[in-house]
Amino acid sequence: MSIIVRDVNKSFGDFAALTDVSVEIPSGSLTALLGPSGGAKSTLLRVIAGLEKADSGLVEIEGRDATKLPAQDRGVGFVFQHYAAFKHLSVARNIAFGLEIRKRPKAEIKKKVDELLELVHLEQFAHRYPAQLSGGQRQRMALARALAVEPQVLLLDEPFGALDAQVRKELRAWLRRLHDQVHVTTVFVTHDQEEAMEVADSIVVMADGKVEQIGSPDQLYEAPANDFVMSFLGPVTKLGGELVRPHDLELSIEPRPDTVTAKVTRVTRLGFEVRVDLEIEGEELWAQVTRGSSEQLGLVEGQTLFVRRSAPVRAAAAVS
Amino acid sequence: MASQTAATVRRVGVRATVRTVVLVYLTLLLVFPLALVLFKTFENGVAPVIDSLTTASTQHAIQITVVVAFWAVVANTIFGVTAALLLVRHTFHGKRTLNALIDLPLAVSPVVVGLSLVLVYGRLTGVGRALAGIGINVIFSIPGMVMATIFVSIPLVVRAVAPVLEEIGDDQEQAAATLGAGPVQTFRRITLPSIRGALAYGVVLALARSLGEYGAVAVVSGRLVGRTQTLTLLVQERYQNFDQQTAYASAFLLVLTAVIALLVSRLLRPKELKS
Repeated sequence: MSIIVRDVNKSFGDFAALTDVSVEIPSGSLTALLGPSGGAKSTLLRVIAGLEKADSGLVEIEGRDATKLPAQDRGVGFVFQHYAAFKHLSVARNIAFGLEIRKRPKAEIKKKVDELLELVHLEQFAHRYPAQLSGGQRQRMALARALAVEPQVLLLDEPFGALDAQVRKELRAWLRRLHDQVHVTTVFVTHDQEEAMEVADSIVVMADGKVEQIGSPDQLYEAPANDFVMSFLGPVTKLGGELVRPHDLELSIEPRPDTVTAKVTRVTRLGFEVRVDLEIEGEELWAQVTRGSSEQLGLVEGQTLFVRRSAPVRAAAAVS
Repeated sequence: MASQTAATVRRVGVRATVRTVVLVYLTLLLVFPLALVLFKTFENGVAPVIDSLTTASTQHAIQITVVVAFWAVVANTIFGVTAALLLVRHTFHGKRTLNALIDLPLAVSPVVVGLSLVLVYGRLTGVGRALAGIGINVIFSIPGMVMATIFVSIPLVVRAVAPVLEEIGDDQEQAAATLGAGPVQTFRRITLPSIRGALAYGVVLALARSLGEYGAVAVVSGRLVGRTQTLTLLVQERYQNFDQQTAYASAFLLVLTAVIALLVSRLLRPKELKS
Protein backbone atom coordinates (compact mmCIF):
# COMPACT_ATOMS: atom_id res chain seq x y z
CA MET A 1 0.00 0.00 0.00
CA SER A 2 1.22 3.46 -0.82
CA ILE A 3 -0.98 5.43 1.55
CA ILE A 4 -2.59 4.05 4.67
CA VAL A 5 -4.97 6.20 6.68
CA ARG A 6 -6.23 4.59 9.87
CA ASP A 7 -8.97 5.79 12.24
CA VAL A 8 -8.35 9.44 11.51
CA ASN A 9 -10.49 12.00 13.33
CA LYS A 10 -10.42 15.71 12.78
CA SER A 11 -12.70 18.44 14.04
CA PHE A 12 -12.78 22.17 13.54
CA GLY A 13 -14.23 23.51 16.77
CA ASP A 14 -17.53 21.70 17.27
CA PHE A 15 -17.68 20.48 13.69
CA ALA A 16 -16.48 16.91 13.19
CA ALA A 17 -14.88 17.03 9.74
CA LEU A 18 -13.52 13.47 9.69
CA THR A 19 -14.88 10.59 11.79
CA ASP A 20 -12.88 7.35 12.07
CA VAL A 21 -11.71 7.50 8.49
CA SER A 22 -9.66 4.55 7.26
CA VAL A 23 -8.49 4.29 3.66
CA GLU A 24 -5.80 2.27 1.93
CA ILE A 25 -4.46 3.38 -1.42
CA PRO A 26 -2.46 0.88 -3.47
CA SER A 27 0.83 1.90 -5.06
CA GLY A 28 0.59 3.23 -8.56
CA SER A 29 -3.18 3.61 -8.53
CA LEU A 30 -5.25 6.61 -9.49
CA THR A 31 -7.85 7.11 -6.79
CA ALA A 32 -10.69 9.59 -6.56
CA LEU A 33 -12.04 10.93 -3.27
CA LEU A 34 -15.62 11.53 -4.27
CA GLY A 35 -18.44 13.12 -2.33
CA PRO A 36 -20.75 16.09 -2.09
CA SER A 37 -19.30 19.52 -1.30
CA GLY A 38 -18.50 19.90 2.37
CA GLY A 39 -18.06 16.15 2.69
CA ALA A 40 -14.53 16.60 4.05
CA LYS A 41 -12.72 15.05 1.08
CA SER A 42 -10.31 17.98 0.93
CA THR A 43 -9.69 17.75 4.67
CA LEU A 44 -8.67 14.10 4.28
CA LEU A 45 -6.35 14.99 1.42
CA ARG A 46 -4.80 17.81 3.46
CA VAL A 47 -4.32 15.46 6.42
CA ILE A 48 -2.46 13.06 4.13
CA ALA A 49 -0.31 15.94 2.86
CA GLY A 50 0.40 17.24 6.34
CA LEU A 51 -1.24 20.60 5.65
CA GLU A 52 -3.80 19.75 8.33
CA LYS A 53 -3.06 17.89 11.55
CA ALA A 54 -5.35 15.01 12.48
CA ASP A 55 -6.69 15.02 16.04
CA SER A 56 -6.12 11.28 16.25
CA GLY A 57 -5.30 8.36 13.98
CA LEU A 58 -2.42 7.39 11.76
CA VAL A 59 -1.12 8.31 8.32
CA GLU A 60 1.45 6.12 6.61
CA ILE A 61 3.09 6.98 3.30
CA GLU A 62 5.12 4.31 1.50
CA GLY A 63 5.54 2.32 4.67
CA ARG A 64 6.70 5.26 6.75
CA ASP A 65 4.68 6.65 9.66
CA ALA A 66 4.01 10.21 8.53
CA THR A 67 1.50 11.15 11.22
CA LYS A 68 3.83 13.60 12.93
CA LEU A 69 5.91 14.67 9.93
CA PRO A 70 5.56 18.28 8.75
CA ALA A 71 4.35 18.75 5.16
CA GLN A 72 7.83 19.48 3.82
CA ASP A 73 9.17 16.07 4.88
CA ARG A 74 6.34 13.89 3.58
CA GLY A 75 7.48 13.56 -0.02
CA VAL A 76 4.07 14.39 -1.42
CA GLY A 77 3.23 16.53 -4.40
CA PHE A 78 0.16 18.70 -3.89
CA VAL A 79 -1.92 20.50 -6.50
CA PHE A 80 -4.34 23.13 -5.26
CA GLN A 81 -7.73 23.99 -6.71
CA HIS A 82 -6.70 27.61 -7.24
CA TYR A 83 -3.22 26.67 -8.54
CA ALA A 84 -1.24 28.42 -5.75
CA ALA A 85 1.19 29.58 -8.43
CA PHE A 86 4.20 31.53 -7.16
CA LYS A 87 3.22 34.82 -8.74
CA HIS A 88 6.65 36.44 -8.57
CA LEU A 89 8.42 33.54 -10.29
CA SER A 90 8.42 32.54 -13.96
CA VAL A 91 6.89 29.24 -15.06
CA ALA A 92 10.35 27.64 -15.20
CA ARG A 93 11.27 28.93 -11.73
CA ASN A 94 7.94 27.73 -10.36
CA ILE A 95 8.68 24.24 -11.61
CA ALA A 96 12.29 24.43 -10.39
CA PHE A 97 11.27 25.53 -6.88
CA GLY A 98 11.34 22.16 -5.15
CA LEU A 99 14.64 21.25 -6.82
CA GLU A 100 16.20 24.58 -5.82
CA ILE A 101 15.11 23.96 -2.22
CA ARG A 102 16.85 20.59 -2.44
CA LYS A 103 19.98 22.34 -3.72
CA ARG A 104 20.31 20.19 -6.84
CA PRO A 105 22.99 21.17 -9.36
CA LYS A 106 21.93 23.84 -11.85
CA ALA A 107 22.37 21.60 -14.91
CA GLU A 108 20.21 18.88 -13.42
CA ILE A 109 17.49 21.38 -12.53
CA LYS A 110 17.47 22.79 -16.05
CA LYS A 111 17.23 19.33 -17.59
CA LYS A 112 14.39 18.29 -15.31
CA VAL A 113 12.49 21.55 -15.84
CA ASP A 114 12.79 21.19 -19.63
CA GLU A 115 11.48 17.63 -19.42
CA LEU A 116 8.52 18.66 -17.34
CA LEU A 117 7.72 21.68 -19.51
CA GLU A 118 7.48 19.27 -22.40
CA LEU A 119 5.38 16.81 -20.42
CA VAL A 120 2.80 19.48 -19.59
CA HIS A 121 3.07 21.15 -23.02
CA LEU A 122 4.29 24.50 -21.71
CA GLU A 123 7.67 24.63 -23.49
CA GLN A 124 7.05 28.03 -25.07
CA PHE A 125 5.79 29.52 -21.80
CA ALA A 126 8.92 28.86 -19.70
CA HIS A 127 9.71 32.53 -19.19
CA ARG A 128 6.17 33.80 -18.74
CA TYR A 129 4.70 34.64 -15.36
CA PRO A 130 1.63 32.86 -13.95
CA ALA A 131 -0.51 35.97 -14.47
CA GLN A 132 0.10 35.61 -18.23
CA LEU A 133 -1.27 32.05 -18.34
CA SER A 134 -4.80 30.72 -18.67
CA GLY A 135 -6.35 28.68 -15.86
CA GLY A 136 -5.68 25.38 -17.58
CA GLN A 137 -2.05 26.34 -18.26
CA ARG A 138 -1.56 27.42 -14.67
CA GLN A 139 -2.88 24.12 -13.42
CA ARG A 140 -0.57 22.20 -15.74
CA MET A 141 2.32 24.30 -14.43
CA ALA A 142 1.27 23.48 -10.85
CA LEU A 143 1.20 19.80 -11.76
CA ALA A 144 4.69 19.98 -13.28
CA ARG A 145 5.90 21.81 -10.17
CA ALA A 146 4.53 19.05 -7.94
CA LEU A 147 6.02 16.32 -10.15
CA ALA A 148 9.46 17.96 -10.30
CA VAL A 149 10.53 16.61 -6.91
CA GLU A 150 9.44 13.10 -7.90
CA PRO A 151 6.97 12.74 -5.05
CA GLN A 152 6.00 9.33 -3.69
CA VAL A 153 2.37 10.32 -3.96
CA LEU A 154 0.61 13.03 -5.90
CA LEU A 155 -2.39 14.68 -4.26
CA LEU A 156 -4.78 16.90 -6.23
CA ASP A 157 -7.43 18.96 -4.48
CA GLU A 158 -10.32 19.57 -6.92
CA PRO A 159 -7.70 20.19 -9.59
CA PHE A 160 -10.17 21.07 -12.33
CA GLY A 161 -12.76 22.72 -10.13
CA ALA A 162 -11.92 26.27 -11.15
CA LEU A 163 -11.81 25.58 -14.88
CA ASP A 164 -14.57 25.81 -17.46
CA ALA A 165 -16.28 22.67 -18.73
CA GLN A 166 -14.34 22.28 -21.99
CA VAL A 167 -10.85 22.69 -20.46
CA ARG A 168 -11.97 20.47 -17.61
CA LYS A 169 -12.80 17.61 -19.93
CA GLU A 170 -9.50 17.95 -21.78
CA LEU A 171 -7.41 18.06 -18.62
CA ARG A 172 -9.27 15.09 -17.20
CA ALA A 173 -8.34 12.89 -20.14
CA TRP A 174 -4.84 14.33 -20.08
CA LEU A 175 -4.44 13.51 -16.35
CA ARG A 176 -5.43 9.91 -17.08
CA ARG A 177 -2.83 9.66 -19.87
CA LEU A 178 -0.22 11.37 -17.71
CA HIS A 179 -0.82 8.87 -14.93
CA ASP A 180 -0.40 5.97 -17.33
CA GLN A 181 2.92 7.56 -18.32
CA VAL A 182 4.29 8.52 -14.89
CA HIS A 183 2.71 5.85 -12.64
CA VAL A 184 2.95 7.85 -9.46
CA THR A 185 0.32 6.97 -6.84
CA THR A 186 -2.27 9.67 -7.34
CA VAL A 187 -5.25 10.76 -5.25
CA PHE A 188 -7.58 13.47 -6.43
CA VAL A 189 -10.59 15.08 -4.83
CA THR A 190 -13.73 15.72 -6.83
CA HIS A 191 -17.44 16.21 -6.28
CA ASP A 192 -18.18 15.26 -9.87
CA GLN A 193 -19.10 11.57 -10.13
CA GLU A 194 -18.62 11.57 -13.89
CA GLU A 195 -15.07 12.86 -13.45
CA ALA A 196 -14.34 10.19 -10.84
CA MET A 197 -15.80 7.37 -12.95
CA GLU A 198 -13.98 8.49 -16.06
CA VAL A 199 -10.51 9.03 -14.59
CA ALA A 200 -10.06 6.86 -11.50
CA ASP A 201 -9.11 3.18 -11.02
CA SER A 202 -10.74 3.22 -7.63
CA ILE A 203 -13.11 5.57 -5.87
CA VAL A 204 -13.50 6.42 -2.20
CA VAL A 205 -17.00 7.77 -1.63
CA MET A 206 -17.22 10.13 1.33
CA ALA A 207 -20.09 11.96 2.96
CA ASP A 208 -20.35 13.86 6.24
CA GLY A 209 -16.78 13.08 7.18
CA LYS A 210 -17.15 9.32 6.82
CA VAL A 211 -16.11 6.81 4.19
CA GLU A 212 -19.24 5.34 2.62
CA GLN A 213 -17.64 2.86 0.26
CA ILE A 214 -14.37 2.07 -1.51
CA GLY A 215 -14.20 0.23 -4.81
CA SER A 216 -13.69 0.35 -8.54
CA PRO A 217 -16.10 2.51 -10.55
CA ASP A 218 -17.92 -0.65 -11.71
CA GLN A 219 -18.25 -2.08 -8.22
CA LEU A 220 -19.64 1.16 -6.86
CA TYR A 221 -22.10 1.52 -9.69
CA GLU A 222 -23.27 -2.07 -9.75
CA ALA A 223 -23.09 -2.82 -6.05
CA PRO A 224 -23.48 0.34 -4.03
CA ALA A 225 -23.13 -0.25 -0.28
CA ASN A 226 -26.05 1.99 0.57
CA ASP A 227 -28.67 4.34 -0.83
CA PHE A 228 -26.37 7.33 -0.56
CA VAL A 229 -23.65 5.79 -2.74
CA MET A 230 -26.25 4.52 -5.17
CA SER A 231 -27.93 7.88 -5.65
CA PHE A 232 -24.64 9.76 -5.74
CA LEU A 233 -23.13 7.64 -8.51
CA GLY A 234 -25.95 7.63 -11.01
CA PRO A 235 -29.64 8.18 -11.68
CA VAL A 236 -32.06 6.43 -9.32
CA THR A 237 -35.79 6.01 -8.93
CA LYS A 238 -37.94 4.26 -6.36
CA LEU A 239 -39.86 1.00 -6.81
CA GLY A 240 -41.82 -0.29 -3.82
CA GLY A 241 -39.79 1.95 -1.48
CA GLU A 242 -36.44 0.66 -2.78
CA LEU A 243 -33.89 2.53 -4.89
CA VAL A 244 -33.44 1.18 -8.39
CA ARG A 245 -31.50 2.35 -11.40
CA PRO A 246 -34.03 3.47 -14.04
CA HIS A 247 -32.36 1.21 -16.62
CA ASP A 248 -32.77 -1.79 -14.28
CA LEU A 249 -36.56 -1.64 -14.58
CA GLU A 250 -38.16 -4.24 -16.82
CA LEU A 251 -41.39 -3.24 -18.53
CA SER A 252 -43.85 -5.70 -20.08
CA ILE A 253 -47.34 -5.70 -21.58
CA GLU A 254 -48.32 -8.98 -19.90
CA PRO A 255 -47.99 -9.54 -16.15
CA ARG A 256 -44.98 -11.66 -15.12
CA PRO A 257 -43.80 -12.98 -11.73
CA ASP A 258 -43.21 -10.12 -9.22
CA THR A 259 -44.49 -7.39 -11.54
CA VAL A 260 -46.67 -4.56 -10.39
CA THR A 261 -49.18 -2.62 -12.45
CA ALA A 262 -48.11 0.85 -13.54
CA LYS A 263 -49.61 3.63 -15.63
CA VAL A 264 -47.53 5.47 -18.20
CA THR A 265 -47.77 9.23 -17.52
CA ARG A 266 -45.26 10.49 -20.03
CA VAL A 267 -42.90 9.21 -22.73
CA THR A 268 -39.83 11.30 -23.61
CA ARG A 269 -37.53 10.34 -26.47
CA LEU A 270 -33.92 11.38 -25.86
CA GLY A 271 -32.19 10.09 -28.94
CA PHE A 272 -31.30 6.45 -28.38
CA GLU A 273 -32.83 6.40 -24.91
CA VAL A 274 -36.46 6.76 -23.96
CA ARG A 275 -37.50 8.05 -20.58
CA VAL A 276 -40.79 6.61 -19.37
CA ASP A 277 -42.54 8.30 -16.44
CA LEU A 278 -44.75 5.91 -14.55
CA GLU A 279 -47.22 5.94 -11.70
CA ILE A 280 -47.86 3.06 -9.31
CA GLU A 281 -50.73 3.69 -6.89
CA GLY A 282 -50.01 7.41 -6.74
CA GLU A 283 -46.20 6.96 -6.53
CA GLU A 284 -44.12 8.35 -9.32
CA LEU A 285 -41.08 6.62 -10.79
CA TRP A 286 -39.30 6.54 -14.10
CA ALA A 287 -37.66 3.97 -16.28
CA GLN A 288 -35.00 4.23 -18.95
CA VAL A 289 -35.47 1.95 -21.97
CA THR A 290 -33.92 1.69 -25.40
CA ARG A 291 -35.70 2.97 -28.44
CA GLY A 292 -36.16 -0.61 -29.66
CA SER A 293 -37.97 -1.86 -26.58
CA SER A 294 -40.03 1.30 -26.48
CA GLU A 295 -41.33 0.49 -29.96
CA GLN A 296 -41.91 -3.15 -29.04
CA LEU A 297 -44.01 -2.07 -26.08
CA GLY A 298 -45.73 0.53 -28.23
CA LEU A 299 -45.39 3.07 -25.43
CA VAL A 300 -48.07 5.77 -25.24
CA GLU A 301 -49.34 7.99 -22.48
CA GLY A 302 -52.10 6.49 -20.33
CA GLN A 303 -51.11 2.92 -21.19
CA THR A 304 -51.04 0.27 -18.47
CA LEU A 305 -47.81 -1.73 -18.04
CA PHE A 306 -46.23 -4.24 -15.71
CA VAL A 307 -42.97 -3.36 -13.99
CA ARG A 308 -40.34 -5.33 -12.11
CA ARG A 309 -36.64 -5.08 -11.31
CA SER A 310 -34.40 -6.81 -13.77
CA ALA A 311 -31.46 -8.89 -12.53
CA PRO A 312 -31.62 -7.93 -8.86
CA VAL A 313 -29.28 -10.86 -8.09
CA ARG A 314 -26.21 -9.27 -9.63
CA ALA A 315 -26.02 -6.40 -7.15
CA ALA A 316 -26.51 -8.61 -4.12
CA ALA A 317 -23.81 -11.01 -5.25
CA ALA A 318 -21.21 -8.34 -5.81
CA VAL A 319 -21.66 -6.81 -2.35
CA SER A 320 -20.58 -9.94 -0.46
CA MET B 1 -32.48 69.85 -21.80
CA ALA B 2 -32.50 73.26 -20.13
CA SER B 3 -32.97 71.86 -16.63
CA GLN B 4 -30.24 69.32 -17.31
CA THR B 5 -27.85 72.10 -18.26
CA ALA B 6 -28.84 74.03 -15.15
CA ALA B 7 -28.16 70.97 -13.00
CA THR B 8 -24.77 70.54 -14.65
CA VAL B 9 -23.93 74.19 -14.01
CA ARG B 10 -25.03 73.80 -10.39
CA ARG B 11 -22.92 70.68 -9.99
CA VAL B 12 -19.88 72.39 -11.44
CA GLY B 13 -20.52 75.32 -9.11
CA VAL B 14 -20.67 73.07 -6.04
CA ARG B 15 -17.53 71.30 -7.08
CA ALA B 16 -15.67 74.58 -7.53
CA THR B 17 -16.78 75.80 -4.08
CA VAL B 18 -15.70 72.59 -2.36
CA ARG B 19 -12.39 72.72 -4.13
CA THR B 20 -11.80 76.31 -3.06
CA VAL B 21 -12.65 75.56 0.57
CA VAL B 22 -10.23 72.62 0.66
CA LEU B 23 -7.50 74.65 -1.00
CA VAL B 24 -7.91 77.58 1.39
CA TYR B 25 -7.93 75.20 4.34
CA LEU B 26 -4.75 73.47 3.23
CA THR B 27 -3.11 76.78 2.35
CA LEU B 28 -3.77 78.32 5.75
CA LEU B 29 -2.75 75.22 7.70
CA LEU B 30 -0.03 73.69 5.61
CA VAL B 31 1.23 75.47 2.56
CA PHE B 32 1.54 78.97 4.01
CA PRO B 33 3.35 77.98 7.25
CA LEU B 34 5.70 75.64 5.40
CA ALA B 35 6.36 78.24 2.73
CA LEU B 36 7.18 80.70 5.49
CA VAL B 37 9.66 78.23 7.03
CA LEU B 38 11.24 77.88 3.62
CA PHE B 39 11.32 81.64 3.16
CA LYS B 40 12.76 82.27 6.64
CA THR B 41 15.36 79.56 6.13
CA PHE B 42 16.75 81.12 2.99
CA GLU B 43 16.02 84.77 3.91
CA ASN B 44 19.73 85.52 4.09
CA GLY B 45 20.86 83.17 1.36
CA VAL B 46 22.25 79.69 1.37
CA ALA B 47 25.51 80.30 3.27
CA PRO B 48 23.97 80.84 6.75
CA VAL B 49 21.85 77.72 6.25
CA ILE B 50 24.92 75.64 5.52
CA ASP B 51 26.73 77.28 8.43
CA SER B 52 23.99 76.51 10.93
CA LEU B 53 23.56 72.96 9.67
CA THR B 54 27.30 72.27 10.04
CA THR B 55 27.78 73.47 13.61
CA ALA B 56 28.86 70.79 16.05
CA SER B 57 25.55 70.76 17.93
CA THR B 58 23.42 70.48 14.76
CA GLN B 59 25.67 67.76 13.39
CA HIS B 60 25.37 65.94 16.67
CA ALA B 61 21.58 66.30 16.67
CA ILE B 62 21.42 64.92 13.12
CA GLN B 63 23.56 62.01 14.16
CA ILE B 64 21.41 61.23 17.23
CA THR B 65 18.25 61.51 15.11
CA VAL B 66 19.58 59.09 12.52
CA VAL B 67 20.79 56.59 15.14
CA VAL B 68 17.50 56.63 17.06
CA ALA B 69 15.37 56.44 13.89
CA PHE B 70 17.53 53.66 12.46
CA TRP B 71 17.18 51.35 15.46
CA ALA B 72 13.50 52.17 15.85
CA VAL B 73 12.86 51.30 12.20
CA VAL B 74 14.88 48.09 12.41
CA ALA B 75 12.98 47.01 15.51
CA ASN B 76 9.61 47.90 14.02
CA THR B 77 10.35 46.18 10.72
CA ILE B 78 11.09 42.90 12.49
CA PHE B 79 8.25 43.31 14.95
CA GLY B 80 5.85 44.60 12.30
CA VAL B 81 6.32 41.66 9.94
CA THR B 82 6.15 39.16 12.81
CA ALA B 83 3.02 40.76 14.25
CA ALA B 84 1.36 40.93 10.82
CA LEU B 85 2.11 37.23 10.20
CA LEU B 86 0.79 36.37 13.64
CA LEU B 87 -2.41 38.37 13.14
CA VAL B 88 -3.16 37.15 9.63
CA ARG B 89 -1.87 33.57 9.62
CA HIS B 90 -2.62 32.33 13.13
CA THR B 91 -5.49 32.09 15.55
CA PHE B 92 -4.71 32.34 19.24
CA HIS B 93 -6.12 33.61 22.49
CA GLY B 94 -5.76 37.34 22.83
CA LYS B 95 -5.55 38.00 19.10
CA ARG B 96 -8.14 40.77 19.27
CA THR B 97 -6.33 42.33 22.20
CA LEU B 98 -3.06 42.29 20.28
CA ASN B 99 -4.82 43.81 17.29
CA ALA B 100 -6.19 46.63 19.42
CA LEU B 101 -2.87 47.16 21.23
CA ILE B 102 -1.06 47.71 17.95
CA ASP B 103 -3.25 50.71 17.20
CA LEU B 104 -2.88 52.12 20.71
CA PRO B 105 0.10 54.36 19.85
CA LEU B 106 -2.14 56.20 17.36
CA ALA B 107 -4.49 57.14 20.16
CA VAL B 108 -2.14 57.77 23.08
CA SER B 109 -0.35 61.11 23.27
CA PRO B 110 3.41 60.66 22.78
CA VAL B 111 4.04 62.68 25.94
CA VAL B 112 2.14 60.06 27.92
CA VAL B 113 4.26 57.38 26.25
CA GLY B 114 7.42 59.17 27.32
CA LEU B 115 6.13 59.65 30.83
CA SER B 116 5.19 55.99 31.23
CA LEU B 117 8.64 54.91 30.04
CA VAL B 118 10.19 57.21 32.67
CA LEU B 119 7.89 55.67 35.29
CA VAL B 120 9.04 52.15 34.40
CA TYR B 121 12.70 52.65 33.55
CA GLY B 122 13.59 55.85 35.47
CA ARG B 123 16.58 55.84 37.79
CA LEU B 124 14.38 55.87 40.87
CA THR B 125 12.52 52.69 39.91
CA GLY B 126 13.53 49.09 40.55
CA VAL B 127 13.82 48.22 36.87
CA GLY B 128 15.83 51.35 36.12
CA ARG B 129 18.23 50.73 39.02
CA ALA B 130 18.70 47.09 38.06
CA LEU B 131 19.49 48.04 34.46
CA ALA B 132 21.82 50.84 35.61
CA GLY B 133 23.58 48.25 37.77
CA ILE B 134 24.60 46.35 34.64
CA GLY B 135 25.57 49.53 32.87
CA ILE B 136 22.42 50.25 30.85
CA ASN B 137 20.84 53.64 31.24
CA VAL B 138 17.47 53.78 29.56
CA ILE B 139 16.12 57.15 30.52
CA PHE B 140 18.04 60.27 29.44
CA SER B 141 19.96 58.20 26.93
CA ILE B 142 19.67 56.52 23.54
CA PRO B 143 17.94 53.24 24.57
CA GLY B 144 14.99 55.12 26.09
CA MET B 145 14.72 57.39 23.04
CA VAL B 146 14.74 54.37 20.74
CA MET B 147 12.04 52.72 22.85
CA ALA B 148 9.87 55.84 22.78
CA THR B 149 10.28 56.10 19.00
CA ILE B 150 9.51 52.41 18.51
CA PHE B 151 6.34 52.85 20.52
CA VAL B 152 4.96 55.73 18.47
CA SER B 153 5.71 54.07 15.13
CA ILE B 154 4.59 50.52 15.95
CA PRO B 155 1.39 50.42 13.84
CA LEU B 156 2.88 51.64 10.58
CA VAL B 157 4.66 48.51 9.35
CA VAL B 158 2.00 46.13 10.71
CA ARG B 159 -0.86 48.02 9.07
CA ALA B 160 0.95 48.25 5.74
CA VAL B 161 1.85 44.56 5.60
CA ALA B 162 -1.20 42.83 7.14
CA PRO B 163 -3.73 43.59 4.36
CA VAL B 164 -1.34 42.35 1.67
CA LEU B 165 -0.69 39.14 3.59
CA GLU B 166 -4.44 38.73 3.85
CA GLU B 167 -4.88 39.28 0.15
CA ILE B 168 -2.20 36.84 -1.07
CA GLY B 169 -3.56 34.11 1.21
CA ASP B 170 -1.55 31.12 2.37
CA ASP B 171 -1.93 28.87 -0.69
CA GLN B 172 1.52 29.74 -2.00
CA GLU B 173 3.09 29.16 1.42
CA GLN B 174 1.40 25.76 1.67
CA ALA B 175 2.54 24.88 -1.83
CA ALA B 176 6.11 25.79 -0.86
CA ALA B 177 5.84 23.55 2.22
CA THR B 178 4.67 20.56 0.17
CA LEU B 179 7.63 21.16 -2.14
CA GLY B 180 10.00 20.74 0.77
CA ALA B 181 10.56 24.32 1.93
CA GLY B 182 10.88 24.88 5.68
CA PRO B 183 9.29 27.89 7.40
CA VAL B 184 12.36 30.09 6.97
CA GLN B 185 12.82 29.18 3.29
CA THR B 186 9.12 29.71 2.67
CA PHE B 187 9.26 33.13 4.28
CA ARG B 188 12.37 34.19 2.40
CA ARG B 189 11.44 32.79 -1.02
CA ILE B 190 7.66 33.17 -1.09
CA THR B 191 6.21 35.44 1.59
CA LEU B 192 8.84 38.18 1.58
CA PRO B 193 8.86 38.73 -2.20
CA SER B 194 5.06 38.95 -2.13
CA ILE B 195 4.96 41.64 0.58
CA ARG B 196 8.08 43.51 -0.53
CA GLY B 197 6.25 46.58 -1.80
CA ALA B 198 3.99 46.89 1.21
CA LEU B 199 6.88 46.34 3.59
CA ALA B 200 8.98 49.07 1.94
CA TYR B 201 6.00 51.39 2.12
CA GLY B 202 5.55 50.69 5.84
CA VAL B 203 9.26 51.12 6.51
CA VAL B 204 9.36 54.51 4.80
CA LEU B 205 6.33 55.68 6.76
CA ALA B 206 7.88 54.42 10.00
CA LEU B 207 11.14 56.17 9.14
CA ALA B 208 9.35 59.47 8.49
CA ARG B 209 7.44 59.14 11.75
CA SER B 210 10.60 58.25 13.68
CA LEU B 211 12.60 61.18 12.33
CA GLY B 212 9.88 63.63 13.24
CA GLU B 213 8.94 62.37 16.72
CA TYR B 214 9.05 65.07 19.38
CA GLY B 215 6.83 64.57 22.46
CA ALA B 216 7.82 61.10 23.63
CA VAL B 217 11.49 61.69 22.90
CA ALA B 218 11.39 65.07 24.65
CA VAL B 219 10.28 63.42 27.90
CA VAL B 220 12.62 60.41 27.94
CA SER B 221 15.72 62.17 26.58
CA GLY B 222 15.89 64.89 29.21
CA ARG B 223 16.78 67.18 26.24
CA LEU B 224 20.46 67.16 27.13
CA VAL B 225 22.07 69.49 24.61
CA GLY B 226 24.98 67.84 22.83
CA ARG B 227 24.04 64.44 24.29
CA THR B 228 20.43 63.41 23.74
CA GLN B 229 19.21 66.21 21.51
CA THR B 230 17.52 65.13 18.29
CA LEU B 231 16.72 67.45 15.39
CA THR B 232 13.16 68.14 16.53
CA LEU B 233 14.39 68.94 20.04
CA LEU B 234 17.10 71.13 18.54
CA VAL B 235 14.54 73.12 16.54
CA GLN B 236 12.57 73.90 19.66
CA GLU B 237 15.62 74.69 21.82
CA ARG B 238 17.26 76.94 19.21
CA TYR B 239 14.00 78.75 18.60
CA GLN B 240 13.58 79.50 22.31
CA ASN B 241 17.17 80.69 22.54
CA PHE B 242 16.64 83.14 19.65
CA ASP B 243 18.92 81.25 17.25
CA GLN B 244 16.20 81.36 14.64
CA GLN B 245 18.50 80.69 11.70
CA THR B 246 19.44 77.24 13.07
CA ALA B 247 15.85 76.55 14.09
CA TYR B 248 14.57 77.29 10.60
CA ALA B 249 17.38 75.46 8.84
CA SER B 250 16.85 72.33 10.95
CA ALA B 251 13.08 72.56 10.47
CA PHE B 252 13.67 72.84 6.74
CA LEU B 253 15.84 69.74 6.88
CA LEU B 254 13.04 67.84 8.64
CA VAL B 255 10.45 69.00 6.11
CA LEU B 256 12.74 68.05 3.24
CA THR B 257 13.24 64.51 4.58
CA ALA B 258 9.51 64.19 5.16
CA VAL B 259 8.72 65.26 1.58
CA ILE B 260 11.30 62.84 0.18
CA ALA B 261 9.89 60.05 2.36
CA LEU B 262 6.39 60.84 1.14
CA LEU B 263 7.46 60.78 -2.49
CA VAL B 264 9.29 57.49 -2.01
CA SER B 265 6.31 55.99 -0.18
CA ARG B 266 3.99 57.00 -3.01
CA LEU B 267 6.23 55.20 -5.45
CA LEU B 268 6.37 52.11 -3.23
CA ARG B 269 2.74 52.11 -2.21
CA PRO B 270 1.35 48.69 -3.11
CA LYS B 271 -1.47 48.62 -5.63
CA GLU B 272 -3.81 47.01 -3.12
CA LEU B 273 -3.72 50.14 -0.94
CA LYS B 274 -4.08 52.63 -3.76
CA SER B 275 -7.47 54.23 -4.00
